[in-house]
Amino acid sequence: MTYPAAVPYGRLLDHANRHDPYPHFADLAGEPIQRLDECTWVVTGHAEISLLLRDPRLSAQDEVDPRAPVGSDGKPVRGPFLMQDPPHHDTLRAQTMHQFVPRILGIRPHIETTVARLLDRYGGPGEMDVVEALAYPLPVAVICELLGVPEEEESVFHSFATRLTRALDPVETLTEQEIADLAVTRVEWREYLLPMIGRRQTDLGTDLISGLLTEGDPATRMNTVELAITLGLLLIAGHETTVNLIANGTLALLRNPDALDRLRADPDLVPFVVEEVLRHDPPVQQTRRRATADVRVGGRVVPAGDKVVLLLPAGNRDPRRFADPDRFWPERPDNAHLAFGGGVHYCLGAALARMEGQAALGALAARLVGPRLVADPPPYRANMLLRGPAELRIAFDGVAASDAR
Amino acid sequence: MRSGRIVVVGASLAGLRAAESLRANGFTGELVLVGDEPHEPYDRPPLSKTVLSGWLGTDRLLLPTTRNLNARRLLGVAATGLDLPGREVRLADGRALGFDGLVIATGTRARPWPVAQEAALRGVHVLRGRDDADRLRADLAGGPRRVLIVGGGFTGSEVASSCHDLGLPVTVVHRGAAPMASALGDLVGGMIGARQRAHGIELRLRTTVTAFEGEGRLRRARLSDGGELDVDVAVVALGSVRNTGWLAGSGLAADAGGVDCDPAGRALDRTGAIVPDVYLAGDVARWRHPHFDAAPQAFEHWGNAVAQAEVAGYNLVHAPANPRRATALPAFWSDQFGLNIKSVGLPHLADEVVLTQGSFDRGPFVAAYGRDGITVGAVAVNSPRVLDGYAALVTERASFPPAINAADSPEPTVHGGQS
Repeated sequence: MTYPAAVPYGRLLDHANRHDPYPHFADLAGEPIQRLDECTWVVTGHAEISLLLRDPRLSAQDEVDPRAPVGSDGKPVRGPFLMQDPPHHDTLRAQTMHQFVPRILGIRPHIETTVARLLDRYGGPGEMDVVEALAYPLPVAVICELLGVPEEEESVFHSFATRLTRALDPVETLTEQEIADLAVTRVEWREYLLPMIGRRQTDLGTDLISGLLTEGDPATRMNTVELAITLGLLLIAGHETTVNLIANGTLALLRNPDALDRLRADPDLVPFVVEEVLRHDPPVQQTRRRATADVRVGGRVVPAGDKVVLLLPAGNRDPRRFADPDRFWPERPDNAHLAFGGGVHYCLGAALARMEGQAALGALAARLVGPRLVADPPPYRANMLLRGPAELRIAFDGVAASDAR
Repeated sequence: MRSGRIVVVGASLAGLRAAESLRANGFTGELVLVGDEPHEPYDRPPLSKTVLSGWLGTDRLLLPTTRNLNARRLLGVAATGLDLPGREVRLADGRALGFDGLVIATGTRARPWPVAQEAALRGVHVLRGRDDADRLRADLAGGPRRVLIVGGGFTGSEVASSCHDLGLPVTVVHRGAAPMASALGDLVGGMIGARQRAHGIELRLRTTVTAFEGEGRLRRARLSDGGELDVDVAVVALGSVRNTGWLAGSGLAADAGGVDCDPAGRALDRTGAIVPDVYLAGDVARWRHPHFDAAPQAFEHWGNAVAQAEVAGYNLVHAPANPRRATALPAFWSDQFGLNIKSVGLPHLADEVVLTQGSFDRGPFVAAYGRDGITVGAVAVNSPRVLDGYAALVTERASFPPAINAADSPEPTVHGGQS
C-alpha cells in the first residue's frame, strides 16, 4: 500500500530540495493530519501540531533503547532530556533551567559586544560569508562563555557541533558511514568533556558546568555521563539552531528589501523581524512523537504505538492560522509560530536564541551598506532537521562603524 | 454598531478588554469607561501573590493596553442605576450617561465579614483591590504575632502562602474538609492541604470563626470548636459578592449570583428574553457554558473575562445574525507554596477523580475529573505544559477515566464520591 503523503514527504527529505522545501510542505497542507505509512502520520496543521505538542499521550522517548548505557552508579543513564518523558525529563530539565536561566539574564550586553567585534573586522566595500563571519562564531562564543570554556577552544566546539548535529536527522537520511562517524564523534565528545568536568569537580567555578555539578538534591543530580549528554544537547540545540536563525534571517531581509528598510528606519522592529523569521523559515523543521494511547486529532484517530511527524514549518504556514502565510511580514499580528515547539519540551533556550537573533539581525541591518546576495539560493548543508545555509555570501559597499557599547 | 456612544461599566480586566475589542472591531464612536475605583485598569491576580510577598508594588500592576483606545475614562465613580427604556446609566455623582450600546463588567467585591463592628476593627482585612492590598501589606510589615486567614479558598490559600513567604506564622480556618475543595474536590484539595501543612501552616478544617474581639485593634478570634486565637491581623477570604446592586429594578435578570446572559454575552431580562445592545463580560456574567450540561454560573476566571470581553465587543459592533459565542473551556490557575496549580474544564462537576500522571505524595501530578463516565476537567500541579492535552479530552467528551499511558502515569485508581 502506498500513501499519497509519502511522495511529497519524500521530496522533503531529498537534499535537492533543501534550499526550498516550502512547496512540498504546501503539498502536504491539504489535510492537517495524514498517514505516511502503516505506523507513521505527518501533521501539518497549526492547531493539530499545537495540540499534539502539549498532549501527555505523546511520548518523545524511544520505545526501547538497547544502547542505553549504565552509569557508574549502576542505574541506567538518562538520555538527553529532549528525548525523555516526565518524570526523568522534568528532573533533568529543571536542573538545567535552574542553572541556565540566571546565567543568560544579564548576557545581552556580552552578545551585542561580540556581534560588534565580529563585524568590526569589515570596513570598506567587499564580501562576507555571513555564516562563517557571524552566524557560527556568535553562538559558539556565547556557549563557551556560559560553560566557562576558554576562547581558544571555540574551534573545537564548532567542530563538535557540526558533527553531532547530524544525529538529529531522521535515520533514513543518513548513510552507513555517517552513522558510524556519529558513534565515533559521541565517544570523542565524552572523552573531550570528561576531563573538563573532572577539573571542575576539584576546582569549582561560576560557570554552568560547575553549577550543574552542585545543583539541587544529590539524589537526583546528574552524574558525569548525564552531564556530558546534557552539555551535548545544549551545544547542538543551542548552537546549530541559532546559526540557522541568523542565516535564515539575513537571507529573508535581503530577499525582502522593504522589510529591511523598515527595520533600518525603526530598530524597535527587530523583535518582530526575528519572530517572523522563526515563523517563515524556522531552524527546526520537524519533531517526532509516539502515541502512548489512541489520540483523536484533526478528525483522525492516531492509534497507540503509532509515530507522528510534526512538521513545524508547515504549521507555521498553515493558511487556516496565518493570513498570506508565504509572505515575510514582520508586522504580522498574533504571530504564534511553532518554531520553539511547545509543551514540556518547549525550547529551553528560546530567550537566548531571541537575544542572539535580535542582536545579529539588528546589527546587520544597521551597519551593512548596500548589502546584496551573491548567490540566491545559497548552498545548503545536508541536515534536514536543523536546516540552514552552508554559506551565505553577501556583497556590500561598506560596513558602518559600530555604535554599540 | 460602529458609531454612537458605547458605555462600558467596569474598568478592570473585562471592561478594558471589551473596550479594546470594540475598537479592534471597528467601533469609531464615543467610548466611555466607567470604574468605581480611582485607578487605571490593573491586574488583580498578583495582589494575593507577588504584591503581598513584597516583590511588586501596587503601582506596577497597570494592564497593558492598545495605543489608540481613545476612551473617556470616568474613574472613581460608581454606576448606581440603569434605565433601560431611557438608555441611561446613572452615576454616583448624580450624572446620567446616555448610551447606544452597553457593556456590563462590574465584577465582584470581597464578601465582607458579616458583623460590621468586628469588620471595622483595625487588623481585619479583605482582599479584592489594590487599596486593600496596600493596607494589608502595611499591616503585615508591622510584624504581627500570627496571621489568621478566614476561608481556605484560592484567595485565602494564596494569602497564607504570601504570609508564609514573609516569615509570619499563619493559621487558616476553613469550613470545608479541604482547602479549595469546592473547586478541586476533597481528594486533590486534601493533597494540597497536606503540602500547605508541610510548610508549617496551621490548617484548621471544618471550623469557622465565630467572632473577632478587640478594642479598636483586633486582639483575638473565637472559633466554632470553642478555641480562641491571639491574632493581630485577620484576612477575611470568604469568597465574593457580585456587583449587581446598581441593576436592581432595571429589568435585567440580576441578583447576588450575577446577571444572566447567553453564551454570546447578550444580557437577558427576567423573562429570559435578549435585551438589545446590552452585553455582559467577566465575573459578573452568569451563563450556561455550551460545553457543559450544568446550571448557569459566573466564572471568576481571568481568561473568561478576556474571552467574554472579546466576544461582547465583536457582537456589539457587528450584530451578526449568528453571534460569536464564548466557547473556550473554563480555566484558572493559582500559585502558592511553590505549587503552580492549573485547572481546565469544570472539575467541580465531577463525581470521580483519577490520578493520571505523577504522584500525589511528592512532585508534580495531574488528576482528571469525570462525571457519568465523561471527562469534564483536569487539574495539574507543577505540570502546566500538559494541560492542553487534557483540554482536548474534555472538548471531545472523552470517556472517563481517560487512557494516558504516559511515562509517569500510575496504575489507574478511580476515587469516587467527589464534590
